[in-house]
Order: sequence, then C-alpha cells, then structure tokens
Amino acid sequence: MANSDYKTIVKDGLWDNNGVFSMLLGMCPCMAMTTSATNGFGMGLATAVVMAASSYLVAVFRNRITSEVRIPVYILIVASMVTMVDLGMNAWMHELYKVLGLFIPLIVSNCLPLARLEAFAAKQSPTPAFLDGLFMGLGFTIALTAIGAVREIIGSGTLFADASLLLGPSFKVIEMRLLPADMGVLMMILPPGGFIVTGLLVVCKRLMDLAAGKEIRMAGAHAL
Amino acid sequence: MKEFALMMIGAALVNNVILARFLGLCSFMGVTTRVDTAAGMGLATTFVITVSSMADWAVQTYLLNAYGLGFLRTVTFILVIASAVQFTEMTIKKVSPSLFQMLGIYLPLITTNCAVLGVALLLVEGRMGFLASTMFAFASSVGYSLVMIIFAGLRERLVLANVPRLFAGPPIAFIVAGMLAMAFMGFSGIATS
Repeated sequence: MANSDYKTIVKDGLWDNNGVFSMLLGMCPCMAMTTSATNGFGMGLATAVVMAASSYLVAVFRNRITSEVRIPVYILIVASMVTMVDLGMNAWMHELYKVLGLFIPLIVSNCLPLARLEAFAAKQSPTPAFLDGLFMGLGFTIALTAIGAVREIIGSGTLFADASLLLGPSFKVIEMRLLPADMGVLMMILPPGGFIVTGLLVVCKRLMDLAAGKEIRMAGAHAL
Repeated sequence: MKEFALMMIGAALVNNVILARFLGLCSFMGVTTRVDTAAGMGLATTFVITVSSMADWAVQTYLLNAYGLGFLRTVTFILVIASAVQFTEMTIKKVSPSLFQMLGIYLPLITTNCAVLGVALLLVEGRMGFLASTMFAFASSVGYSLVMIIFAGLRERLVLANVPRLFAGPPIAFIVAGMLAMAFMGFSGIATS
C-alpha cells in the first residue's frame, strides 16, 4: 500500500471520519465515562487497544471467515480482546479499573469496533487494518478526552484530576484546577451534561469543517 | 413485596437504562424516528433483555461460579445474548411479519445493544436471586422502552421544527435528550436501587 493511503487512514481515523463526532458510533462509553478528562482518556485507550488487536486478527483470518458466520466470529474476537484488556487493567491499573468498571466489558457491545471490522478490516491486509483500528481508536480517545475535559472544567473546575492514578506519579503536573471549587455546575457531571456537551461538540466539529471549506457530512446510521 | 416494588421503580425510572446509565444509546438515536418503530424495538429489546438475563443468571450460577470460570464471563454472555436475539428474531418473524419488516437491520443489532449486556453485568454485580434479577431485568427494559417511545414522540415533532442548519440532525437530538434526562432526574429520591 502506498504512503498516501496510510495518511488517509490516519486522517480519517483521527478527524475526518472520527468515530464519535462524524459517525456517532460508540455513544454509550462516550457519555457514561466522560465525567472527567482522565476517565475519558483511559476508556479511549482501552478501546483503541481492543480495536487495533481485533482489526489485526480479523484481517489475518479474513479469507477463512465465511460471510454467514462473520458477525459471531467478529464478536468472539472482540470479546476475547476485551477480556484480556479487562484482566490486564484489573491487575495493573486497579484504581482506574474501579472507576471504569462496568464499561470495560461493554466495549464488546460498542458499535465502533464492530463497524470498523465490517467496513474495513474484513477487506484489507493486516497492516492497514491494524493501523485503521489503532487510529480509529485514537480518534475515539481524542473525542472522549475532549468531552471529558469540557464536562470536567464546567462541572468541577478541574482538568485531568487524578491523572497520576492512570499514568503514574510523574503526570501529577498536568492535574489542574481552573475554577474555584464551589464554581462547578453539577449538571455537567450528571447525565444530562453528557448529552448536551456531546451535541454541542458535534456542532463545533461542523463549524471547524465549514471554516476549513469542507462540506458538513454525517456518515453512520444516525443521520436523520 | 414493598422491596420488590421499590427496586423495580428504581430500575425503570430512577436509574433509567438510557438516561441515567447511558446504555443502549445507539438504538436510542438510531430507531427513534417514528413512534411505532420505537415501540416495536422496545418490545423486542424487552423480550431479549428478560430472556437473556434469565439465561445469563443460570450460566453465571451453575457454570461460571461453579467451575471458577469467571474470566470467561464476557465471552459467554455475548454468546447467550446472540442466541437470545436469534430466537427473538425467529419468534417475531413467525408472530408478526410486519413488525419484522419494520425493525429490519436493527433486530440483529440488538446483540450489540449494550443495554442487554449491561443489564446482565449489573445483575452479576448485584448478586441477586433468580426472581429478583428477572424482575430487575424486566423493569430495566420497561424503562428502556418507555424512554424510547417518549423520545420518538419528541423527535416526530422535532422534524417539523425550524432548526439552524448547524444543529440539524444528531446535535439537536442530543440536546433534546439532555433535557429529557434532566426531566428524568426529577424521579431520583422516589426510590434507590
């Protein structure tokens, strides 16, 4: 594959075809796990690992999987990867695992990995498939961190609180307090804030795309 | 009895699957363009959640716990759910071909509806008995259907509204969903689960 193709994969995954803001896939963890930027970041990374690994595996076995049984096979592959991430996080990042809890096994039923397996990995050779999974996952991480950051700043006035729990003590410096403790609007941390912030950030992406001279586009199943 | 009633109200309204726990958002955004489709989807999902929770409870108690296979939980549950969905699909096709036609692609996609797996995992965490977990699953899915139907009703009106172009489609739907979630927060305090 030519270099330009790899560039497109990277650009599509991170921005143009961003899983959350353009395709509106994987909305559940996107709102449930974004009460703070750190949680969003952790959840995004876990999803990225699962996506990269399962895209690679599906691409390796793509000629052996018949189309009748492909969905169960994909789900089993994703489920095995998720189980590994689940056990790994429980062992090595226990503090973060306690926060993300239920939503790590739920990566199985996140539609984003499955959508990329079906749309991309099933038709490509392993290397581009791996890259597509990885960068789609990183795009997902960016989106989750952005939503988490907005909610955290408005909701509790901090940014990247508890980041040292996730990334190790050397990241203590990025923990910030931007607003005084009693200025927070609790609503942003509560469920309604998740919906509203996601809606507004989708509008932001549309604005940026318009400013860059691109058409607004809405791929995915949810366009009205 | 009173405990059961409180638990069911808590599962259906206070800790609503969609608006408080953020499960099943794909179908929430995807199939709520018309009230009748949303109602059909709610019914099908209610059936799948209840049946698969019962099966998952049995699998968890007699297979995974009994043989210490807890780490296989995610894989086993998703298989049980996929079979329950297949079973529901066959039943609906037989009982109501028109509903089957209407739900189309979204029917097999119930497998990846995280509300189904989410409720099953919540039940494992809750360590409830068979009856209690079945009731919990049923109440959760009734709450799911209720919100699906309400939101579809809102969206049918939203189509007629004059929305700025930037907000058209999903963004305005998200913001409306946020308002609905605020309204549902009014239920907190009735019962805790």
